Amino acid sequence: MKKVFKLEDLDCANCAAKMERAIAKINGVNAVTVSFMTQRLSIDADDASFEDIMNQVVKVCKKVEPDCRIIR
Amino acid sequence: MKSISLSRKDKKNLIRIIIALGLFVVVFVTDKVIGLGNVFEGKLSWLFPFSLYLVVYLIIGYDVLWKAIRNILHGQVFDENFLMCVATLGAFALAIYRGVTGKEIEGFDEACAVLLFYQVGEWFQSYATGKSRKSISKLMDIRPDYANVRHGENVDTVDPSEVKVGDIIIVNPGEKIPLDGVVILGASSLDTKALTGESLPRDVEIGSEVISGCINLTSQIEVRVVKEFYDSTVSKILELVENAADQKSKAENFITKFAKYYTPSVVVVALLLAIIPGIVTKDWSTWIYRALSFLVVSCPCALVISIPLSFFAGIGAGSRYGILIKGSNYLEKFNKANIFVFDKTGTLTKGNFAITKIVSNGSHDEVLRLAAIAEKDSNHPIARSIISSYNGDVEDGYTLTNVAGEGIVAEKGDDIILCGNEKLMKNHKIDYIPETDVGTVVYVAHNGQLVGALLISDQIKSEAKEVIGDLNDMGCKTIMLTGDNQAIAESVANTIGLSGYKASLMPQNKVEEVEALLSAKKQNEVLCFVGDGINDAPVLMRSDIGIAMGGVGSDAAIEASDIVLMKDDLRGLTLAKRIAKKTMGIVFQNIVFSLVVKLAILILSALGFANMWLAVFGDVGVAVIAILNAMRVNSKYKKEE
Repeated sequence: MKKVFKLEDLDCANCAAKMERAIAKINGVNAVTVSFMTQRLSIDADDASFEDIMNQVVKVCKKVEPDCRIIR
Repeated sequence: MKSISLSRKDKKNLIRIIIALGLFVVVFVTDKVIGLGNVFEGKLSWLFPFSLYLVVYLIIGYDVLWKAIRNILHGQVFDENFLMCVATLGAFALAIYRGVTGKEIEGFDEACAVLLFYQVGEWFQSYATGKSRKSISKLMDIRPDYANVRHGENVDTVDPSEVKVGDIIIVNPGEKIPLDGVVILGASSLDTKALTGESLPRDVEIGSEVISGCINLTSQIEVRVVKEFYDSTVSKILELVENAADQKSKAENFITKFAKYYTPSVVVVALLLAIIPGIVTKDWSTWIYRALSFLVVSCPCALVISIPLSFFAGIGAGSRYGILIKGSNYLEKFNKANIFVFDKTGTLTKGNFAITKIVSNGSHDEVLRLAAIAEKDSNHPIARSIISSYNGDVEDGYTLTNVAGEGIVAEKGDDIILCGNEKLMKNHKIDYIPETDVGTVVYVAHNGQLVGALLISDQIKSEAKEVIGDLNDMGCKTIMLTGDNQAIAESVANTIGLSGYKASLMPQNKVEEVEALLSAKKQNEVLCFVGDGINDAPVLMRSDIGIAMGGVGSDAAIEASDIVLMKDDLRGLTLAKRIAKKTMGIVFQNIVFSLVVKLAILILSALGFANMWLAVFGDVGVAVIAILNAMRVNSKYKKEE
């Protein structure tokens, strides 16, 4: 399942790249892009555990870029 | 005067920067004039300037410090906040060391100034990206906010996504059409500029199809919805543009990969630079200072920010002209595109048949009048073109007989009209003059006598010759594929100056032809297929870059292609090519510029020629210049409107 989320207060392009790398490592994530320009996170992950994965994504983002919020 | 709008965060930071800058100037000037270190006597005299500068430092840098601490707790070490902290706190420490050891008191100002400078740069960077992002997204501001649905007498304003197929919506002047539909009441003009880049308004009346995202200009219309919101043109386009960032170009991938290794390596080199010469020369403070300058330059932000921004600006510039590019990788590839394969009908030609020449012994109108009688009931495109060219009344009462492969015979009593090709004329023993021009020839005979002939052909688009000429000048190969016969293909190819063509192709042969061209081309060549999106989805998918033209409303075309020209105008191709070239030029400049400047500053600071001020420029200054450079794509193609 592919979903797109809006991001708030994503401040630097390098952070976006770091978030992307961190999210890609989560189990069950097939593809992910964090676009600094459009302030969007688009994620393709397994259907069954999507909610679980998203919770992990939020946790990872908190770690990498605490100011940035994912709007779900 | 133009008002400057700032985001709340930018405003807050700007005020903070101004306060800190003011304080810094006061402290700095008094320091230089009276020497703060000499105000008090004794061993701890350095404490006075230190505390004053520390106040300024904390005002300007508390957030950087806080972020650095927080990120370390989260296990993020090589973070620009951390690096700035180490560099500036290190400079402070060196200055304190000088103070404690009784040397001349200096260096506090530098730590402060570096952080101040850094914050100014960061602020400008945030402002510039915010602004450019806004100016680009504004173009994509086609999303309708609401729909007025009519239920009998009542009109409800609802979210477009709640409207169902078959609902009647009312669109007032000035409103956006929220969903695709058909006009059932009223007539108006629509502004399609946001979708197609076409500046002339389009007139619609009862029965016209309307596309979501257009703005109703003159009067109220009622529209029957034919597509749900998620299926409507506007949703498709927005989805496409928003997903464009997902398709990363090689340049972007290179940069993110580079950034991943760049920062840690610079930090390691900085460590070595502090330790090894320090041990050898015992001059610790000089080498630590140089190492600290190193850290300042180690942030890769200029690169990481400016490359996607350049692509984004390029894609944004395209969308302003109704050129939708589905990803930066396509923009990158399109710059290299050098083989253009065109579908003929609907792409190079208008795809509607029209009478291009009338030959007659007497009046042209007589030929048309007779032809119209014979072709009255036919639905063939050629027949329709004859009927639409004839303005008078069509006489009734003729018995029409269709002779397959020849034409039509119309009879009323002993009045006989023959309308058809050479075969029909020969079979009825009519003496005709063969027409040599290329196209479909319809001969008209009346009661055994030839009256004249109509030459009907597909019209070449007026801009085709100019565009093909430009592409040829750019060193591209231009090839046309068509189902038409050799003579027609050759004539079209010669008229507009194509470098090659393939005639008499069945639709399935087009894929084979493109496959053949793909396997014949060299590694670094890029093949584009340009079609109108009807029946050529497989070819669009197969080619390196599929370009669909006049794609408004055609889902298949939008989905199968990589670049969509919303306006049915070939000039979009050369414009897209120019935008791609400009964008790639800027991307290249930014990569080279940032790397060269950073490397130069690294070397200079290692050798002791560059101080920390220059190093800060190497970080934020370069980022700002690269951002401004990236925005050139956007501003250049704004002026041409």
